[in-house]
Amino acid sequence: MEHLLLSVAYITSAILFILSLRGLSSQVSARQGNLYGVAGMIIALVATTLTDAVQVYSILALGIGGGSVLGIVLARRVAMTAMPELVALLHSFVGAAAVLVGIASYLGDQGDHSRTILLVEIGIDVFIGSITFTGSIVAYLKLKGSLSGRALLLPARHVLNLTLVFTCVAFMVPFVKADGTSGLWALLGVTALASVLGVHLVAAIGGGDMPVVVSMLNSYSGWTASAAGFMLSNDLLIITGALVGSSGAILSAIMCKAMNRSIWSVIFGGFGNTPPAGSGAATVIEGSMQEISLDATVDALLAAREVVVVPGYGMAVARAQHAVHEMTRLLGARKTRVRFAIHPVAGRLPGHMNVLLAEANVPYDLVLEMDEINEDLSKTDVVLVLGANDIVNPSAETDPSSPIAGMPVLRVWNAALTVVSKRGKSAGYAGVDNPLFYMDKTRMLFGDARERMEALVAALRSRITE
Amino acid sequence: MRIGVPRESLSGETRVAVAPDTVKTLLKQGFSVVIEAGAGVLASFPDAHYEAIGATVGTRDEVWASPIVVKLHAPRALDDVGETHEADLLQTGSTLISFLYPAQNAPLVERLAKRGVTVLAMDQVPRISRAQKLDALSSMANIAGYRAVLEAASHYGSFFTGQVTAAGRTHPAKVLIIGAGVAGLAAVGAARGLGAIVRAFDTRSAAREQVQSLGAEFLEITIQESGDGQGGYAKEMSSEFIAAEMALFRTQAREVDVVITTALIPGRPAPKLWLADMVALMKPGSVIVDLAARQGGNCELTVPGEVVVRHGVTIIGHHDLATRLPGTASQLYGNNVAHLLDDMGKAAGFHIDESDVVVRGALVLNQGELRYPPPPLPSPVAAKPTPAPRKVEPPVEKSAQEHRHEIAARKETPRRSFIYEAIAMILLAIWVYMKVTMDGSINPATRDFLNHATVFVLACFVGWQVVWNVAPALHTPLMSVTNAISGIIIVGGMLQAKGALFEPATLLGGLAVLLATINIAGGFVVTERMLRMFRR
Repeated sequence: MEHLLLSVAYITSAILFILSLRGLSSQVSARQGNLYGVAGMIIALVATTLTDAVQVYSILALGIGGGSVLGIVLARRVAMTAMPELVALLHSFVGAAAVLVGIASYLGDQGDHSRTILLVEIGIDVFIGSITFTGSIVAYLKLKGSLSGRALLLPARHVLNLTLVFTCVAFMVPFVKADGTSGLWALLGVTALASVLGVHLVAAIGGGDMPVVVSMLNSYSGWTASAAGFMLSNDLLIITGALVGSSGAILSAIMCKAMNRSIWSVIFGGFGNTPPAGSGAATVIEGSMQEISLDATVDALLAAREVVVVPGYGMAVARAQHAVHEMTRLLGARKTRVRFAIHPVAGRLPGHMNVLLAEANVPYDLVLEMDEINEDLSKTDVVLVLGANDIVNPSAETDPSSPIAGMPVLRVWNAALTVVSKRGKSAGYAGVDNPLFYMDKTRMLFGDARERMEALVAALRSRITE
Repeated sequence: MRIGVPRESLSGETRVAVAPDTVKTLLKQGFSVVIEAGAGVLASFPDAHYEAIGATVGTRDEVWASPIVVKLHAPRALDDVGETHEADLLQTGSTLISFLYPAQNAPLVERLAKRGVTVLAMDQVPRISRAQKLDALSSMANIAGYRAVLEAASHYGSFFTGQVTAAGRTHPAKVLIIGAGVAGLAAVGAARGLGAIVRAFDTRSAAREQVQSLGAEFLEITIQESGDGQGGYAKEMSSEFIAAEMALFRTQAREVDVVITTALIPGRPAPKLWLADMVALMKPGSVIVDLAARQGGNCELTVPGEVVVRHGVTIIGHHDLATRLPGTASQLYGNNVAHLLDDMGKAAGFHIDESDVVVRGALVLNQGELRYPPPPLPSPVAAKPTPAPRKVEPPVEKSAQEHRHEIAARKETPRRSFIYEAIAMILLAIWVYMKVTMDGSINPATRDFLNHATVFVLACFVGWQVVWNVAPALHTPLMSVTNAISGIIIVGGMLQAKGALFEPATLLGGLAVLLATINIAGGFVVTERMLRMFRR
């Protein structure tokens, strides 16, 4: 394929990717945006296949064929609740692919470039790729529950991180100086060290910061692709990688803002557990939790005119969203206004709750963001908190020693009645106790969210038809 | 300067243009007021009240001879043959302030022009926020909406409020109000006050907040959005929309006890919204109040001016609802006029200022010279008042243009800053400079790197720009689509497949291709899956 034609194809596909991101900015154009992305990808693949550089078609057919089948099956099978894990896992593939491409291009180098710049670029590509790869794997395991959600805080973690980075830089020196492919050991050394760094970075991030981590990894996977573009002198990779990288970075920034946290503390970890000693004892919570029966909950809902549901990760885990929608429908038919309040970091992925509620057919104009609904909560008769904890924790506003101090939260305690559906008496993902549960206007509805919601729907239905 | 207030000659009219309270205001503005004997009697304002406040009571001719005449209805013939006409009683050079509807009353305007008078039509006051205090149509609509509820309640055989009594429980009445303009909102408030369950429908989404602020439910039509959804009002009024609207009304017809329709389009017959079959679907004993009766009615079975029973449903077509509250109506109308006179310089500085958009809008004749229709307002959208509960607001129908503007305003994101563009331009300039001056003189590898760096930075800016506007609800799909796109690393893998099959580079490249493809296919498919679930 001619060089000119290839450039045109690459530019077309870059533009399609931009349109794709643009399309995703609103519900109306989102699906079209996705199609633009597919079109851009197909053009890029066809154009690359037709270049002279690509000669071994058998391996391409094998890779693309096998990969498509695996990818589609994976995507079709995955439950909506498992979406965060899937996204994290897919990020790790980009990282791994980048590392492989980096090593391969080192091994297959014909020596027709200026060596130094190329080798540095290979080193950077492998470095970011490895961090993305192992970081995503750890995030995947944490989200899946195979690893504890708590932050792993090694004593001198910042020193450790710095040491790892500097050692990588040190390895680069013999790597760049080595002749032929004899520097492979150094490159593998960088790979190994960066992998450790990736594991450590994500392991040190705890609890409620998971959505930010996932979007940071999303950003890293973009930078990786960009680095590979530098290495291979391929503008399409550079552009696309930069698009993805900056989009992930923005998402992370938006979410950090929502949690009132600096982005650095998320990147370098260390949040999510109790604050360092010396900041004073956390406020002691007085009083006791008051339980509420299912029947009493039904009474309260039937008497209410305004109901707000605050879903959290607990709803996702229990897959209670369909029962919640049924409840919304039943109450809505009685002209009770039921709305949903979504905290920006509810769930384990940005926008996670919106996706789950959409899956259960809840109309998206009933689903409001924190800023849109926080004012209205004081005029609400019943707030139903479903498996959410940290995002409704008043100590974020009242207790400066709380680890979540300063994070904007949904002020559900302003409502006339708050019913908290919760599995047990444990603390939230961030490991912080929640004074909301002990407040006068709060009632606890213990039990599995789905089972409770289904029982609630059944009771509501029988009461309404009465 | 004397203001004359004649008795309304139209039979059945109970209102008077100026109530005693308003006389006080006018006197304070420096005017003197002469009122025709018996003008306020039907509104329960006897002549003695006016006199006690400081107005004088005079004969018809005295009143009409005043330099300013304030009236409700347009001047009309006083006998069947048309020999005596109120217009002829006006002095040349005097000013008449009343409802006029100049578009429908061309002969009258001509007659007034011949008299050489100045005429300000209260119905032509422009609907801008500054003029709200003199918007008499809104005042009357407000009263009509309130009265409509009382009419409905008096014809409805049960409580409006639900009660639990010793004898058993009664259910609250369900009231549906179509059109949440001034009259509609007044009706919502009155019906809520009586304890009914109130629902309101309006094609303007801006009405939702106002309806809800009054404690009523805002009914909406759920139609699948097709296209870009920004067409707003114009597009929503498609046949698809009308069909959905009718379906909604049919469902409601079975449920509600009282329907109050208020949909008016200025200068056109009222739209038929409540069809005969919907009346038939309603429970016997239900009541319909049609506030659009004068314009033909929103209900197909309305008989303008009359109360009829069809399919057991009482349909009220009174078009004099405001006259049924003559006290309030007179007082509010008089206040509107007083605000207008205030704007026109009170007694001392009374003049016609054609540069004042409010005066210019209301002005029909200036010293007998035709000034109607007025030039279009410079910017009707900017002048639109912010919606507030109960604030009487533009009429039921709003122009599609205006609606689109509102939507556009909401969509705009303040984040966009030209700073980014400026930085991008500077970088581009540097790049071009380097291209021109350094080509060939520097190491080709360095030049390549600089080229790539430029592309990289520009792409970052583009990504930055594009993503800021994403709705939070779409963060997950955005992430999974960017994830699929970052599978572009596949190109890197493919480019390694250039040597023999079993070379390490080729194999590693192949493996990279496999992993990246999983990512691409999985990412796009899962995005599509998620997006398909989002619906209104």
